[in-house]
Amino acid sequence: MTVESEYNPDADRIMSVALGPQHPGAGHFRIQLWLDGDYVVKAEPDPGYVHRGEEKMSEYRNYIQNVPHLERPVILDSCGILFPYALAVDELMNNKIPRRGQYLQVIMAEINRIVSHMYFIAIYGIFVGHTTMITWAMGDRDFWIDTCDWFEKRMDEYEKIFFKNPIFLERSEGIGVLTKEDAIRLGATGTVLRASGVKHDIRRDEPYSAYPAFDFEVPSLTAGDCWARAYVALLEMRESVKIIRQAFKTIPPGPVRLKLGPQPRVPAGEVYARTEAARGEMSYHLISDGTPRPYRLKIGVPSFKNMIMIRELLKGVHVGDIPPVYWSQNFWPVEGDR
Amino acid sequence: MQSQAQTPPPQPAKTQPLADAIVQKFPGTTVEYVREKRLKVTTTPEKIKEVAFFVRDELGFDHISCVSGTDWIAKNEIEVIYFVGAVSKPGQEAIIVALAERSKRDEPSVPTLIEVWPGAEYHERETHEMLGVVFSGHPNLKNLLLPEDWNDIPPLRKDYISPGR
Repeated sequence: MTVESEYNPDADRIMSVALGPQHPGAGHFRIQLWLDGDYVVKAEPDPGYVHRGEEKMSEYRNYIQNVPHLERPVILDSCGILFPYALAVDELMNNKIPRRGQYLQVIMAEINRIVSHMYFIAIYGIFVGHTTMITWAMGDRDFWIDTCDWFEKRMDEYEKIFFKNPIFLERSEGIGVLTKEDAIRLGATGTVLRASGVKHDIRRDEPYSAYPAFDFEVPSLTAGDCWARAYVALLEMRESVKIIRQAFKTIPPGPVRLKLGPQPRVPAGEVYARTEAARGEMSYHLISDGTPRPYRLKIGVPSFKNMIMIRELLKGVHVGDIPPVYWSQNFWPVEGDR
Repeated sequence: MQSQAQTPPPQPAKTQPLADAIVQKFPGTTVEYVREKRLKVTTTPEKIKEVAFFVRDELGFDHISCVSGTDWIAKNEIEVIYFVGAVSKPGQEAIIVALAERSKRDEPSVPTLIEVWPGAEYHERETHEMLGVVFSGHPNLKNLLLPEDWNDIPPLRKDYISPGR
């Protein structure tokens, strides 16, 4: 390991510490930290502990067989990771998905966004010492589908107990600020990008499936700090409930699936499909050579795209601020590793 | 997307003028495809940095979306593709420009584009370990997702046979 020249690695005052991969909060992920007393002078993310070679695996399986294993990197947002794959294959095959099927796609994607964001704020709660939030959000993940009304009330309560809570504000406001320019320069995506003042959401900017039919806002905040990155997730869940309500009200009758043969033939070609998953832009670069298996399948996952932010934002923060800075990236190591 | 059943009528392609602008400025580049929201151009490793700066500064594609690589074993080439989007230029948010370059498979070496899109750093590092492409000028090309003691050919090369596949 090398330390940047301004920090002499031999100096007694610089201590090198590994956060993870056994750390309960870090997930299957390690951040190598260089500390000067209570300050982080350098941080280097070290992913790969849960790399499964999803891209290589998909070259050995046909297009249908690829579905189950592609879900696994993000079990809490499994629709989010599969949706662009479906779009990519549909585009190559020129499939016309029935309208009702598209509505179901949207409903599932939005439910997954909510469930994933709830996990995000639940763990965020425990990271900043707010035990109520983890018990509430974890419990509510199981129940929320009962009724959207109930969940909307619940989100008001989340806002009061967590987002407006002095403990949480103290731990997250003004911490780990990512400016708009840096967010764009470093390729941030999803909640991280929108919390830094960029109103970019693929559901609105490049509408896919049934999204053009729905009326929703793209929440965006300008502060770019740890609080904004959390709060933008709450605002997004409100919009997701709005979409789900509209979808249930206006879903057209009719078939939901296309009839395809047992092993559909995918014509040769190259596509780049992307959707707005819970964590941000999920993209697939798919090359088909006309054989039953993909020639190349590149999965561009939002956690990997946002990983560079961990390194940049940890520079100079207090050790106590590491958890909010790290977790506010909405980072899911298993997704990042694939 | 072609696959949409009842989405609003497609907007007139805004990608063609972009393709024309790139080809006019850099006559050596080839346009691979121009679709409604996608555009792919291929250039050479010698030219790519110039083209990239042009795509970022003149055309407004400021946001790196993904970096992908493909092993074209039959042609003995490795292809590296940068997918870039525009988040701050109104009207272009839906467009992704794919900027590709090809290098010899035996010793693939291309310049890094971190100067152009700093967010590409980890993407390039992944492409390096998975396909063996050397990004000259990259500050740190250590293994990222693979174990540090990986002692085989890069796994996304077509001649790497995955054990237990």
